[in-house]
Amino acid sequence: MLDIQNLQVVYGTGRMRVDAVKNVSFHVEPGAAYGLVGESGSGKSTVLRAICGLAPITSGRVSVHGNAVTTPRGKAFYRTVQMVFQDPYASLHPRHTVDRTLSEPLAIHGEKDAEARILQALKEVGLSPSFRFRYPHQLSGGQRQRIAIARALILRPKVLLLDEPTSALDASVQAEILNLLDDLRRRLGLTYILVSHDLAVVAHLCERLLVMQHGEAVEETTAAALRSGAASNDYTQSLIQASQGFTRVAPLPAQAPAA
Amino acid sequence: MTKPLLDVEDLRVRFHLRTGTVEAVRGVSFQLGRERLGIVGESGSGKSQTGRAILGLTPPPGEVTAKRLAFDGIDLQKASKRTLRTLRGGRISMVMQDPKYSLNPVMTIGEQIIEAYQAHVKAGKAEARDRALAMLEAVKMRDPGRVFSLYPHEVSGGMGQRAMIAMMLVTDPDLLIADEPTSALDVTVSMEVLRILDELVSERGMGLIFISHDLKLVSSFCDRVLVMYAGRVVEELEAKNLREAKHPYTQGLMRCLPTLADDVRPLPTLNRDPAWAL
Repeated sequence: MLDIQNLQVVYGTGRMRVDAVKNVSFHVEPGAAYGLVGESGSGKSTVLRAICGLAPITSGRVSVHGNAVTTPRGKAFYRTVQMVFQDPYASLHPRHTVDRTLSEPLAIHGEKDAEARILQALKEVGLSPSFRFRYPHQLSGGQRQRIAIARALILRPKVLLLDEPTSALDASVQAEILNLLDDLRRRLGLTYILVSHDLAVVAHLCERLLVMQHGEAVEETTAAALRSGAASNDYTQSLIQASQGFTRVAPLPAQAPAA
Repeated sequence: MTKPLLDVEDLRVRFHLRTGTVEAVRGVSFQLGRERLGIVGESGSGKSQTGRAILGLTPPPGEVTAKRLAFDGIDLQKASKRTLRTLRGGRISMVMQDPKYSLNPVMTIGEQIIEAYQAHVKAGKAEARDRALAMLEAVKMRDPGRVFSLYPHEVSGGMGQRAMIAMMLVTDPDLLIADEPTSALDVTVSMEVLRILDELVSERGMGLIFISHDLKLVSSFCDRVLVMYAGRVVEELEAKNLREAKHPYTQGLMRCLPTLADDVRPLPTLNRDPAWAL
């Protein structure tokens, strides 16, 4: 479905040159969910942005369905690939109602029957039609992220690029959104690329994942291997350990009152 | 616990707004010795407002009332502004969430630490400078001399947060309030910052209030945990007994996190019982 070969993203030149992504390759099968994990600055989000045209591809090849993407991306590309951003507080237009946000992609692509499509999209993400004429500030964080997902799904894309879709949300809301994404993938046969710093979230949603550090691919592994703790790479190990919570090197005795 | 360092009884924080009164904190009581206390809750549960109210940092139009709010025998409600000023930053300090917004962007890190030190301790320039450098070393900065003369925008998030910890601990406070000190940081970096915080807190025998939304993190870091929901403490428990949490909210919060250990699908979600908020 999606094939990335030797992707390189470079910003600036000379002394200001930053190699954001260095030689990253991976392949995603149709209907699969693929995770990109790493800390900030590892280039994981830049890979997503390069795929959908928000970051320049310096060299390498990105192909969807076997066809290399063109710059700028055409309408056909955005019918296949859509993106959900990290922060639902920032990614929805504050002065557009849900209805307007959702009708925009339909208008751009000259789709008919907007009303039915909008109601259908709201239903898919588990919101009642009463949300249609609300503004983003009248919604909770979880509801906003549902709208962002509905906006991405309304053109019936095949691939969804998810950039930290739950990291701005509370734990209980995160569970709801993860369940929704899981369910949508099964029902609509979607392909996901999920970027997250949270190993547990990636392992929950994805079958295969790529660990990135400093713009480079460190290790490609599977969620099953991650669960059994079979990671060959030191960096992956340190990420697994960090996700288990804080560990004291030597358990300290009970606090002795100092004063 | 002989004499508590901090004694809070029936703490309430109200905001009188045009649309009515919002009670953000509704009767929180706890006592803190020289230990690590975690306060956990979701956004809007009042955990940060609790921390701020202790320091008298509730933003207007907020109103704080409490039956008792005492730090080391000093009544914080009756204390003069002057007393409060010497306490804040001197004996009680607070580490904020995001170093990007909480450090002064037009002062070098070294100057800021010196300023914090000299605001509370009568000390000459050279001595303050030595203290600041020693503090930067204590938070494991690789090259304290260099970091000293850097501006906040020149350092990474993890370094900025360590600089803030250095600034808050330079006066040797008795109580440290850390409001989501690591949520703006990467997982691996946040572990490093927590390790430093942990070392310093136990070395100096400080009391620590650790405010966070991350139940797993708090329970692995603190001795005791208060779970807040809708402005109230719904449960208080020993961190190591978190698995035996009684309140359905705490249990629900624990279960809804995906874990590497097992694969539950779909994830259990939280059914909020309106009775919890009463």
